Amino acid sequence: MTNVPVEGIAIPEVAHPEPQNNWRKYFSFSTDHKVIGIQYLVTSFVFFLIGGLLSMVIRAELITPQADLIDRTLYNSMFTMHGTIMIFLWIFPSLVGLANYLVPLMIGARDMAFPRLNAAAFWMVPVFGILLMTSYFLPAGTAQAGWWSYPPVSTQNPTDSVITGEFVWILAVAISGVSSIMGAVNFVTTIVRMRAPGMTFFRMPVYVWTVFSAQIIQLAALPALTAGAIMLLFDVAAGTAFFNPDKGGNPVLFQHFFWFYSHPAVYVMVLPIFGVFSEIFPVYSRKPLFGYRVVAVSSLLITTVSVLVWVHHMYASGTPGWMRMLFMATTMLVAVPTGIKVFAWVATIWKGKLRLNTPMLFCLGALIMFVFAGITGVMLASVPIDIHVNNTYFVVGHFHYIVYGTITMGMFAAIYHWFPKMTGRMYYEGLGKLHFALAFIGVNLNFFPMHPLGLQGMLRRVSSYEPEYAFWNVVASIGAFLLGMSTIPFILNMVGAWVQGKPAPDNPWRAIGLEWLVSSPPPVENFEELPVVVSGPYGYGKSDPLVENAAALKEG
Amino acid sequence: MNLKTIVGIGVYVAVLIAASIWVGQQAYGWLPPQASAESMLIDDLFSLFSAIGTFILLGITGLVLYTVFTQSVSRFDTSDGPHMEGNVKLEIFWTAVPLLLVFFLAAYSYQTYQQMAVRGPMDLVHLHHMPGTTPTAYAADLEPEPVEEVEVYAKQWAWSFRYPDTGVVSADLHLPVNKRVRLLMTADDVIHGFYVPAFRLKQDILPKRTTEFEFTPVREGIYRLNDSQFSGTYFAIMTANVVVESPDSYRQWLARAAAQPAVPAENPAYSEYTNKRLKRFGGWKTIAPAPPPLVNALAER
Ligand code: HEM
Ligand SMILES: [Cu+2]
Ligand SMILES: [Cu+2]
Repeated sequence: MTNVPVEGIAIPEVAHPEPQNNWRKYFSFSTDHKVIGIQYLVTSFVFFLIGGLLSMVIRAELITPQADLIDRTLYNSMFTMHGTIMIFLWIFPSLVGLANYLVPLMIGARDMAFPRLNAAAFWMVPVFGILLMTSYFLPAGTAQAGWWSYPPVSTQNPTDSVITGEFVWILAVAISGVSSIMGAVNFVTTIVRMRAPGMTFFRMPVYVWTVFSAQIIQLAALPALTAGAIMLLFDVAAGTAFFNPDKGGNPVLFQHFFWFYSHPAVYVMVLPIFGVFSEIFPVYSRKPLFGYRVVAVSSLLITTVSVLVWVHHMYASGTPGWMRMLFMATTMLVAVPTGIKVFAWVATIWKGKLRLNTPMLFCLGALIMFVFAGITGVMLASVPIDIHVNNTYFVVGHFHYIVYGTITMGMFAAIYHWFPKMTGRMYYEGLGKLHFALAFIGVNLNFFPMHPLGLQGMLRRVSSYEPEYAFWNVVASIGAFLLGMSTIPFILNMVGAWVQGKPAPDNPWRAIGLEWLVSSPPPVENFEELPVVVSGPYGYGKSDPLVENAAALKEG
Repeated sequence: MNLKTIVGIGVYVAVLIAASIWVGQQAYGWLPPQASAESMLIDDLFSLFSAIGTFILLGITGLVLYTVFTQSVSRFDTSDGPHMEGNVKLEIFWTAVPLLLVFFLAAYSYQTYQQMAVRGPMDLVHLHHMPGTTPTAYAADLEPEPVEEVEVYAKQWAWSFRYPDTGVVSADLHLPVNKRVRLLMTADDVIHGFYVPAFRLKQDILPKRTTEFEFTPVREGIYRLNDSQFSGTYFAIMTANVVVESPDSYRQWLARAAAQPAVPAENPAYSEYTNKRLKRFGGWKTIAPAPPPLVNALAER
């Protein structure tokens, strides 16, 4: 393109003028999906570190059976804020950031469908993040009712003031919901309407399929959480009685609202990571994704089934037997489309030419940990087993194998893999491998012990426990501190490589995909001329061209 | 496939099966003692799931590790792997097998659940009226109908138990062994949860509602009752003992307790709340604990 943006000068020919082309653009209301993507990723990573520090305090408290490090109210606020931050300020925003960066490039679009909406959705994240953190300065501290915020515990108020930690918490979650809905509308529209010529649905990379499936869940299920949050806000602040049993309300109703969204939400989180696996395994095995169509379509199957399983979180809430059985069946059914994906990934690396770069190592580690989490998940779906382990550390172990072992590890894989594209620099392989080794050992040391603890009956959310649980808790805490350390090489790597890493070629991994056809980093408008796609996304081992007009795509 | 591959696969599967059976046996040891009739059923189910899970986990991990160790190439090798896009037969196979497995596990869990219902219907369920319910081997030596009814009160943060026939209120839950018990559970303030790990049973207690719950303790001893639903600041110390004893000593205990005057129970949450020395970092305002329940029989430790 002739009109390269010059610092400080807006160029009229560009549809979304960029004020700067240096680090300052990341602090501006940019409408470039790539800038927004990186804004999301960096912001969410900062919150990941904050959430991680809180978990270190939790694990430090739990290293001994007595509640001897911090006061119980502070402990309760720690796990509440840890869970809230990790879900609403780390996983969701980081995944949205990655998708923001990749989806337009992967489908051959110049930007998202609604760039301004996109920027507005991002800027809500730091706003509600900071809002949430300010609640530490309120007289009664932050919310303390867990990230589920079940009433009546969440509606109890020991202070005289209306602005409590819980009040702020609900507000933050509601803003997060609005931001997510804005994002979902944008993603679904972009994927449906903005695909390049020739980019049929069955030529879309699986990553795009998974983002599509995940964002449909957001549209379908998020309104339930928002409704529940608003009703709870009225109960907390205005004395209404939707959930207040003293005045005839029903607290279990809130659980339905909450889980009707928050169960499907786990697929919103994990589906894009399945997409990441589906992109990375083929590249580093130099083989096509095995069973591409089935893998792609199984994402939509997961979307469908996922909205029919929420009651498995409420087996012990006085749920009648027929309902327990119904939801047990639907929950277990999710294992089938998920299993299809796992087998497809294994078949993809089978007989491949494996390159064990950092992204591949993260994906392999995450795959194994995901299989483990899937197995404990099917156990939890089984009503008789769940009745015993529900609300114990078994559940905490299970979901951390998902949220850390699978999603967070998959996110790291994605960041390493697309880092050269995003920054135009290569990361340091040695530091990346060190990060992987520490994280893999850390995750297992930290979260495996939670399974025996839960089976023995140690409850989640306890600030003190019986001495018989001490051994596994010490192991878990050591793992947690190791896991905390594992982020140090990551930060060094990212900062160091971005500042002075080796310049990256356009396609360092010899990958197939539209994003690798443009320069690193891609120009503002992505493609000089829109690509004309002529074949599927995983043509490894075949010499078919991906697009008709490769030479014209980037600025010369 | 040549002979070598077939033998290889055979050995691999045999090793996996052996490991799975072993883990299935070990699984019982990861759980607390089996103190209720229901716990035995749940443990059998868990053992089965663990065995099948081991097969899958080791099976897939084995394939991945095998690939990693045999198929890695140097970074200078720029050749491609074989262009394999899929295999319809294989894909049908690995869709059908999990589907059947899931049906099997769901059906097996359902059956276990029904058997638990026979031995002590879970709240609101009364599955024993459902068609196809099968009595189990354990059921024979157990009394079929509930013989004891106990009222359970949960509040922030204490348990108390009232025996309606005698009016005795206790800080511990005493139960005669091998008799089905029915609990009538209520709470005043928030949701609490009745959970005895040794019984493998858990049920939420909703405020302002009576939740019925039945089970059969089968092993004498003292077990811990926990609150399983996060119930606020002192949630972690809301525990009580469950004393399962012979019918004789149970009756003697009831008689002895009936003769005692009612006194405030010892209440760890309350003492921690009033002890300002324990306020460390944080120390925010909290809901005050409800006054300790008045009991005839104090907790034994
Ligand atoms: C250094 C890493 C981490 C450690 C040591 C850690 C540890 C813990 C611990 C000890 C709990 C308390 C469990 C309870 O008592 O309920 C917890 C809860 C939780 N964690 Fe983590 N965690 C880590 C990372 C993550 C990540 C990456 C996520 C999500 C992306 C996450 C999401 C959650 C959630 C949602 C809860 C539930 C909070 C609740 O029960 O209210 N954690 N974590
Ligand atoms: Cu769920
Ligand atoms: Cu309680």
